[in-house]
Amino acid sequence: MSIFDKSAFKFSHQHRLFRTSAISNGQIVQFKLSDIGEGITEVTVKEWYVKEGDSVSQFDSICEVQSDKASVTITSRYDGIIRKLHYNLDEIAYVGKPLVDIETDALKDVASEEDVVETPAVSHEEHTHQEIKGHKTLATPAVRRLAMENNIKLSEVVGTGKDNRILKEDILNYLAKQTGAILPPSPKPEIIPPLPKSETAPAAPKDKGTKIPIPISKPIVFAGKDKTEAVTGFHKAMVKTMTAALKIPHFGYCDEIDLTQLVQLREELKPLAQVRGVKLSFMPFFIKAASLGLLHYPILNASVDENCQNITYKASHNIGVAMDTEQGLIVPNVKNVQVCSVFEIASELNRLLTLGSAGQLGTNDLTGGTFTLSNIGTIGGTYAKPVILPPEVAIGALGKIQVLPRFNGNGKVFKAQIMNVSWSADHRIIDGATMARFSNLWKSYLENPASMLLDLK
Amino acid sequence: MVILSSLKNCFQLFYVLKISAAGFKYTANRGLILQSVSSDVYQNLAMEDWIHDNMNLENRQVLFLWRNSPTVVIGRHQNPWQECNLKIMRKKNIKLSRRRSGGGTVYHDLGNINFTFFTSKKKYERMENLKLVVRALKGLQPQLDVCATDRYDLLLDGNFKISGTAAKLGRTVAYHHCTLLCSADKINLSSVLKSPYKVIKSNATPSMPALVKNLFEEDPTLTCEMVMDAVAAEYARCHQIDHHITLINPADETVFPGINNKTKELQTWEWIYGKTPKFSISTCFNMVYEQSLLEVKVDIHVKHGRIEVCNIVLPEQWLPPAMCNELEKNLIGSKFCPSETTALASTLLRICPQNYELHSKWSLLCENVMTLM
Repeated sequence: MSIFDKSAFKFSHQHRLFRTSAISNGQIVQFKLSDIGEGITEVTVKEWYVKEGDSVSQFDSICEVQSDKASVTITSRYDGIIRKLHYNLDEIAYVGKPLVDIETDALKDVASEEDVVETPAVSHEEHTHQEIKGHKTLATPAVRRLAMENNIKLSEVVGTGKDNRILKEDILNYLAKQTGAILPPSPKPEIIPPLPKSETAPAAPKDKGTKIPIPISKPIVFAGKDKTEAVTGFHKAMVKTMTAALKIPHFGYCDEIDLTQLVQLREELKPLAQVRGVKLSFMPFFIKAASLGLLHYPILNASVDENCQNITYKASHNIGVAMDTEQGLIVPNVKNVQVCSVFEIASELNRLLTLGSAGQLGTNDLTGGTFTLSNIGTIGGTYAKPVILPPEVAIGALGKIQVLPRFNGNGKVFKAQIMNVSWSADHRIIDGATMARFSNLWKSYLENPASMLLDLK
Repeated sequence: MVILSSLKNCFQLFYVLKISAAGFKYTANRGLILQSVSSDVYQNLAMEDWIHDNMNLENRQVLFLWRNSPTVVIGRHQNPWQECNLKIMRKKNIKLSRRRSGGGTVYHDLGNINFTFFTSKKKYERMENLKLVVRALKGLQPQLDVCATDRYDLLLDGNFKISGTAAKLGRTVAYHHCTLLCSADKINLSSVLKSPYKVIKSNATPSMPALVKNLFEEDPTLTCEMVMDAVAAEYARCHQIDHHITLINPADETVFPGINNKTKELQTWEWIYGKTPKFSISTCFNMVYEQSLLEVKVDIHVKHGRIEVCNIVLPEQWLPPAMCNELEKNLIGSKFCPSETTALASTLLRICPQNYELHSKWSLLCENVMTLM
């Protein structure tokens, strides 16, 4: 026990010195490029995995070199800090000459190149048993010695190094868990003595007599690190767009649509579309109904200039459909819905979806939209608060279709297919009444698809 | 059923390999012949990684046989824009992958066989492996004029390349892999391995183009199956092991723990494109806008697959300078990738002044810049 305390203290002490001092404490070792085989004497440095000042452990990758079609990963022989890289990228490095300078801790051993797989402290059988578990227990001689000094079986230690290698830190963590020497002492759990049983006492409720074990609190150790990266490319463009969007005063309007009849209609039409090679979802109906509605309320298909001084009523209904792709959420649009049939819309959607998932949508597909529908319901959710995509003035978010009980005209309960819609519109030019009337019209087309036939162009 | 028992066999063999490492003497098992049941290049490359990282090859060697559905495989330090025609590949749905070994670019399809020879670093010997393949081929067809060059290629009839080599050396393990053209699609091969660029400045490893031929053209009986079997037999003979090919599934996480993560890593944009050494493209091209020809100069520097420097010079006042600057500024840091650029450019249009002429000019410019990617 005493040996352990000393070595633990020594280790942490060394570490503190190591990390806080600016002046080097250890010795600088020149790590030479070792023989690569096949009589090769020179290689080209292609990639550095470390830079000056980085700390490395033994067996960490230092760089990648190339020689005559062979790519070689050079790993470190020592633990320490990189003090100098002797070559720049694409320079020729020579076998036997220094590659990097590493400052090692003077007290730590310079380990031999080979992983030592055998260890005298553990019996042969036990060692074999470790192997049979399915992985080699890799550890340097220094680590093995530390384990041996503290009577620790390497097979019981979780390795966190490369290839599940057991590092000094892992041994120490293991020891800490066992004895609590490094961690602050945990509060002792209170033991509630059971009430003495007596015949006169009423039957005690189950709660009182039992001991409720209080979990021993240990400080939670989390080894994750924060990661900061720049916002670039498409995401950067989205930041700009969304910032502009929120300058628009949004108002929301939500409603519930009974799609029972539409569901049935789609079932009938699906095979017909399939025969023509097109997959028919609900979206083509939603899109066509929206376009029919826009014919009556063209202000929803408009655009305002920057200072809201002029409003342009767009002739084409280019209805955008939000699509989740590798890039993120992009919005291709179906052009001129006002002159397309439901089938043509479905066909175009298929094309856009295929291109979208292959990352091959063109600028023409992604620009020129005048109105947007976002079917977030395919992922989930009911009501939403969509954000308008400039230069448009309205957007609709469709929730998922749920089977819910509703009352029919005769006062009887029936199974209804209900979907919620959430509209957002630019309150500078669109008022609640307009949005509500548009929504009602759209809703009536979808709840009674036959009525769409009357107004189809 | 055959595959199941093979897997089980492999599983047992896996343990046998580990136990042997501890020093117990097991006869035989000085070598192992594995064949992948997958034709997914990423899974197969991950399998190579897995064997490299997990198998103990101190006293044992492994031969891995694999074939892929159409894909272009570039070397570790190469530049895909320089090596192949990405546009054609996207259209024909031919995948792009980057392997961990060095060397040049190759085209794989099911008519091409890949052999990977795994050994300890000490026993790394490429010429011996190639001689083995040559012996196997000559065993099948003694009249075949096949030989290995000092560049580790295999030539047919002294002129045509039928195999290219690459290697990867780690700390204790090494592997040498090579291709072999049996009945590959030569038309696809030549169309995708030709880069449309002439103006890329980079230090990436260049490929050496060569005339190629299929073994099948020389002798139609030399099918992939026959050749794989012949090489396996020769390997078994040389290493004095059973001529037994174990089928393995590189998607099986239970037999190969951790392999799916390796597969995922090989598919990431950061690995395939992001590992390209720094390069720059400086070029001029012409655009046609409303019957007038416009000259555009573009200078783009790419590092880790992302645009580091971007300069676009347009005819004066064709596009408001502010807009051109906006495009350049937003491209910096963005991936050098057409879909990313399209998404970016389309989104930026939303906050530009809404003017049909401006929009069409912008779209035209972006589309042309995109063709460089």
